[in-house]
Amino acid sequence: MRYEYLTGNIAIAEASIVSGLKFYAGYPITPTSDIFEHLARELPKYGGHVIQFEDEIASINAVVGASWACAKAMTATSGPGFSLMLEALSLAVITETPLVVAYVMRTGPSTGVPTRSGQYDVLQSTYGFHGGLVIPVLAPSTPQEAYDLTVKAFNISEKLRTPVVLLSDAVVAHTYGKVAIRERSEVEIVDRSKPSTPLSEYRPYDPVDGLVPPMACFGEGYSVLVESLTHDERGYYAPRSDAQRKLMWRLYRKITESSGKLFDYSSLYLDDCDVALVSYGSTALSTQVAAKTLRERGVRACSLKLKTLFPIYEEGISKLLKNVEKVFVVENNVGLYYRELRGILKDRDVVSVPLIDLDVPLPQEVVGVVDKWL
Amino acid sequence: MAVTHPLDPYLRVDRIPTMWCPGCGLGIALGAILRAIDRRIEEGLLKKENIAFVGGIGCTARMTLYPYFDSAHVIHGRAIPFAIAVKVVKPEMKMVIVGGDGDIAAIGGNHLLHALKRNADLLVIMVNNMTYGMTGGQLAPTTPRGLYTTTTPYGNPERELNVIKLAAALGANYVARSSITHPQLLERTIYKALAKRGLAFVEVLSTCPEIFGRHIGLRNPVDLYMELKKKVTVKTNPSIEESDYDWGRGFVIGEFVDRDEPGFLDTYREYISKSFGGGAV
Repeated sequence: MRYEYLTGNIAIAEASIVSGLKFYAGYPITPTSDIFEHLARELPKYGGHVIQFEDEIASINAVVGASWACAKAMTATSGPGFSLMLEALSLAVITETPLVVAYVMRTGPSTGVPTRSGQYDVLQSTYGFHGGLVIPVLAPSTPQEAYDLTVKAFNISEKLRTPVVLLSDAVVAHTYGKVAIRERSEVEIVDRSKPSTPLSEYRPYDPVDGLVPPMACFGEGYSVLVESLTHDERGYYAPRSDAQRKLMWRLYRKITESSGKLFDYSSLYLDDCDVALVSYGSTALSTQVAAKTLRERGVRACSLKLKTLFPIYEEGISKLLKNVEKVFVVENNVGLYYRELRGILKDRDVVSVPLIDLDVPLPQEVVGVVDKWL
Repeated sequence: MAVTHPLDPYLRVDRIPTMWCPGCGLGIALGAILRAIDRRIEEGLLKKENIAFVGGIGCTARMTLYPYFDSAHVIHGRAIPFAIAVKVVKPEMKMVIVGGDGDIAAIGGNHLLHALKRNADLLVIMVNNMTYGMTGGQLAPTTPRGLYTTTTPYGNPERELNVIKLAAALGANYVARSSITHPQLLERTIYKALAKRGLAFVEVLSTCPEIFGRHIGLRNPVDLYMELKKKVTVKTNPSIEESDYDWGRGFVIGEFVDRDEPGFLDTYREYISKSFGGGAV
């Protein structure tokens, strides 16, 4: 292990290499292009491939293809590009293709303020694609978390055969911080499970004795079928309610039943708390300071920073906040994730703290809103 | 013992019959493609486990459902970037892209354009039935001007896209037009295209009696087949000017481009190995 002074974006790039990234496809977009540029320089040294495609649609479809050629694959983008990628993310969901999308949020909607920050796309990151399922979303708030959660994102994608979104934002992207860089041997790396059946008996969507099917890839003799249509275990088109039901529930369960294992958070003063400030991403930096400020004034405040945003670990979050009187959800948008938490904290007083700022909302802005409700 | 077809080893026979309508040209096209592949496998140029079919959405893209190879039936228009990535990661693969004129030249047009510009190592087979068959007969970029479609009920006001000229202009190594009315010639064309590095583009004129034929008064499969056959002229080494796409005057089929420029993989590996002494890729 060694320490380096890195931005969130470069931390993502470095961590993806440690995670075993072998294929990156991308299209330039602010504020993510430096992930692309760093990998274009570095990844070939590790035997990986970096290709610039004609748009984000091509990039994500190439990432799906590379994953089926056995390569760990990733792309990075921001709001406009992610919008273009949604159809192929849906493809990755139904074909159970492991891949990682680093989604560095900027100010929106549309072109917005491309160089500045926001958290407007928190719901789009998981609900944006068609088909009504959930993909895991991890949100770093510091370069160190960007590094650690990138490794985690790759591991989840391989373990559950799913796309994973690493949801950063323009502040985390270009803020420098001290990052503990780990060598490959110091990090737990998960690889997709491979089939153990004879070539002719392999069924690419047969989970055998769990929820996640072993994955063969192109060129191994398995005659793999990558199928975007509703399919049975063989990958054959199955336009029947029973097949749709079976596929949907398995795809849904493999993600939601892992919510406890995927859950990651950090907190301050949580064991002695009446007023919890819940936050994620760069806004969490100010929220932590706001909690301290309130405590200095005698309010029993605490902060809870969520690093796993989806799937929502309902029992876990409820339990963490069980002794709290009031929950404030602080975010840099009109109050989006608040709606998710309000749904699972029905017996608690949940208040939205929506702050619209091109940079990190200041701690005093957070305190200012919280004060009105105390 | 059950009677078997010589191409059975290359087919998921449990999925036959296909979903295609009676009289559809796609069966003839698939037969020709598989016979060409069989010859290349027999010769030792290709290995069965290294051949992959990739298709987007449409009747032609559904061709990926039947061959017994690695196959991907992905989303509309996006077969090409999927296939490029597989080829970059596993250069030993032979990527066969099958798509209709809508899948390849309309929604997938930008990917085709850039794959051609890269001379990406792919065999792109565009089966052109001049309509959107699967969705019921809407306007295709290849629909002849003036013809009825369900979305241009007063006649197609647009010029046709000649994809042969596009492919030739952007530098594909091999550009040919063929027709399901000439299956042996089609097989020879695919056979040749399978051995090319860089991008090989083959347009296959085909018949859709159920949709296209019905809309122009040629619903009987034989009538439409004979009409297309009448319109097709076989030429040896035709010039690119002779590739004109004209339903009224007919279509020249043959090889319009046959060259051997470095493919994308060649140049990609050259630049990487120049920097890393050949060790990295």
